[in-house]
Amino acid sequence: MSSETKQILTTDGIPLEVSLKKAERKNKIKAFLLVAPLLLFLIITYVFPIGDMLLRSVDDKMVTQMLPKTFKAMEKWDGQELPEEEVFAAFHEDFIKLVEEKREGKLSTQLNYTKNGFKSIIKKLRRASKKFEEGNYKEQIMSVHKRWSDVEYWRAIKRRAPEVTSQKYLKAMDMYTNEEGKIVSVDEDRRIHRILWLRTLEIAFFVTVFCFLMAYPIAHLLATLPMKYSNLLMICVLLPFWTSLLVRTASWMILLQQQGIVNDFFVSIGLVADDNRPEMMYNKTGSYVAMTQILLPFMVLPLYSVMKTISPSLMRAGKSLGGTPFVAFWKVYFPLTIPGIGAGCLLVFILAIGYYITPALVGGASGTLISNQIAFHMKSTLDWSFASAMGLMLLTGVLVIYWLYNKIVGIDNIKLG
Amino acid sequence: MALPKYTEPHYRIWHYTYLTICGAVFFFLIAPLFVIFPLSFNAEEFLVFSDGMKRLDPDAFSLRWYEDMIYGTKNPWGLAAKNSFIIAIFATIGSVILGTVAALGLSSRHMPYKGLIMAVLISPMIVPLIISGVAIFFFMAKAGLAATHTGIVLAHIILGTPFVVITVTATLSGFDHSVTRAAASLGSDPVNTFMKITLPLILPGVISGGLFAFVTSFDEVVVVLFLAGLENTTIPIQMWTGLREQLSPTILAVATCLIILSTLILVTAELLRRRSERLRGINQ
Repeated sequence: MSSETKQILTTDGIPLEVSLKKAERKNKIKAFLLVAPLLLFLIITYVFPIGDMLLRSVDDKMVTQMLPKTFKAMEKWDGQELPEEEVFAAFHEDFIKLVEEKREGKLSTQLNYTKNGFKSIIKKLRRASKKFEEGNYKEQIMSVHKRWSDVEYWRAIKRRAPEVTSQKYLKAMDMYTNEEGKIVSVDEDRRIHRILWLRTLEIAFFVTVFCFLMAYPIAHLLATLPMKYSNLLMICVLLPFWTSLLVRTASWMILLQQQGIVNDFFVSIGLVADDNRPEMMYNKTGSYVAMTQILLPFMVLPLYSVMKTISPSLMRAGKSLGGTPFVAFWKVYFPLTIPGIGAGCLLVFILAIGYYITPALVGGASGTLISNQIAFHMKSTLDWSFASAMGLMLLTGVLVIYWLYNKIVGIDNIKLG
Repeated sequence: MALPKYTEPHYRIWHYTYLTICGAVFFFLIAPLFVIFPLSFNAEEFLVFSDGMKRLDPDAFSLRWYEDMIYGTKNPWGLAAKNSFIIAIFATIGSVILGTVAALGLSSRHMPYKGLIMAVLISPMIVPLIISGVAIFFFMAKAGLAATHTGIVLAHIILGTPFVVITVTATLSGFDHSVTRAAASLGSDPVNTFMKITLPLILPGVISGGLFAFVTSFDEVVVVLFLAGLENTTIPIQMWTGLREQLSPTILAVATCLIILSTLILVTAELLRRRSERLRGINQ
């Protein structure tokens, strides 16, 4: 029998298989059309802009566009000896154009990032260039300042030729490319970003640990108490959860201030002297305390929803088989709560690692995180490409955590409220 | 949680220790919120309990900070509240519509690339807010929407839709699709079926997603800080500025109002959750 004869036909005479496939395709398109508006909206307003951050973070077209002829002439230069006259002539031509457009200041700022000392010699060059005669620009430029005859400075210019750069990423790790083109760390006393990255990790880690230690017992209590009590206690978890972050931060600012209630309490029980009240805000302590309280519901809710599903008879069975309550807990109950622990820890850690508002308000100088640095560069220094680079590094970190979590626990094992 | 009589002493001790620990944690969670209430009625300008307040002297309490919040001359709270509500309402409507429609598509078993698309749709919830803020700011700046209400509403739709998508897909997971087929077989067109059959059934999920979207927008400060101009100030921005500059009792009056608002939202959300659990047949 050939396959032709086996085919079942619909009433229209079309093979059933084809007809079904057609219907299936129609359904697929229907389902997709429903998702399409939101998907398109998010891709345009959210996914592409994140890609735009990547472009911005490596973008270094500015100098390339300011000195097009110079870089063209430099292509043949090997960088060993001082460049030939044609490079100087091209540089002169570019520079005159920049002076006309009043953009030489930007050039000096940019080149100064690459090598210190460009600012003054570009200023001198601008003044001198008005009196330049035609021809022999090499001699004329070199006579403006002795640094112009230093081959190091010309190498520094050449390093800015490529349109893309990894400098912003290096800067975020407190590193830079030195004169020889090697990647080195900045001086020890100028390393700020590494400290911030480490501190971000440290605070996120400890906040997660504190949240876990505090959330586990109360989630257990909520899951085992009869409904009428647990509903009331659940409000204690849910009310902070729904309350504005700023309100909760404000209440911590009141509690932790030097004349605040926590300090009053410590004085009244004689823990600290009245004239020697400790500073509990505007430092790491403030960040720890406030962030732990604010993120605690995010740990309690997933733990609770997992514990709710664990039958109490399992613990009884464990005990009746001869385990002490602690053994029964450790061998039976605890392993069953691991999906909830995983979800809670992942949630809290990722929220903590990107925290911005609370550390900015109660963290002071020693309690701020990398997010604060990103916001600082976005709003104050306007170095958006640097902010983008740090943002993307943070995002990569978050994605790596998700990936690891998926490998170890499995993302499908997450249970949220 | 009474213990049986035969409980051994060291378990008894452990049990009460456990309850004490739990009590302390609950206190840590909820007590900070209650500091704000009394201090917002403080007659004095300082953010500490005055001696009069400790003695419960009626003169130590006043409504002056509430008056200042509403009638205060240079006060931005009126404008901020208006903006906050307008932005949150429009953002909620946008999120609910886009999110519900998308959730309908996602719950269809014919949906191709479900995992990947879901990941994109909920990404604004997963990515740290500061990064979302930077990215959204770049888009709005390019589109000329920075410092406009439209820009902020769009930004909040981005942040709010994941909640709607999640709650509505969860509600739809227990949805019996044969009812829509029955409607179709009786001659109803898809839009009519959705409005008359599907929507009433999934409404609790839609509303609780909408509440999440509303609260997200109403409390959001990170993205707004990048986007807002002077005209677009919102309550969170004013609180942020106030907390950074000087902590005035007026802020506590605002905070008290916000706590009352969040209590109302919490009650609504809880009632809805229970109703939807009842409808889905999940009984404790």
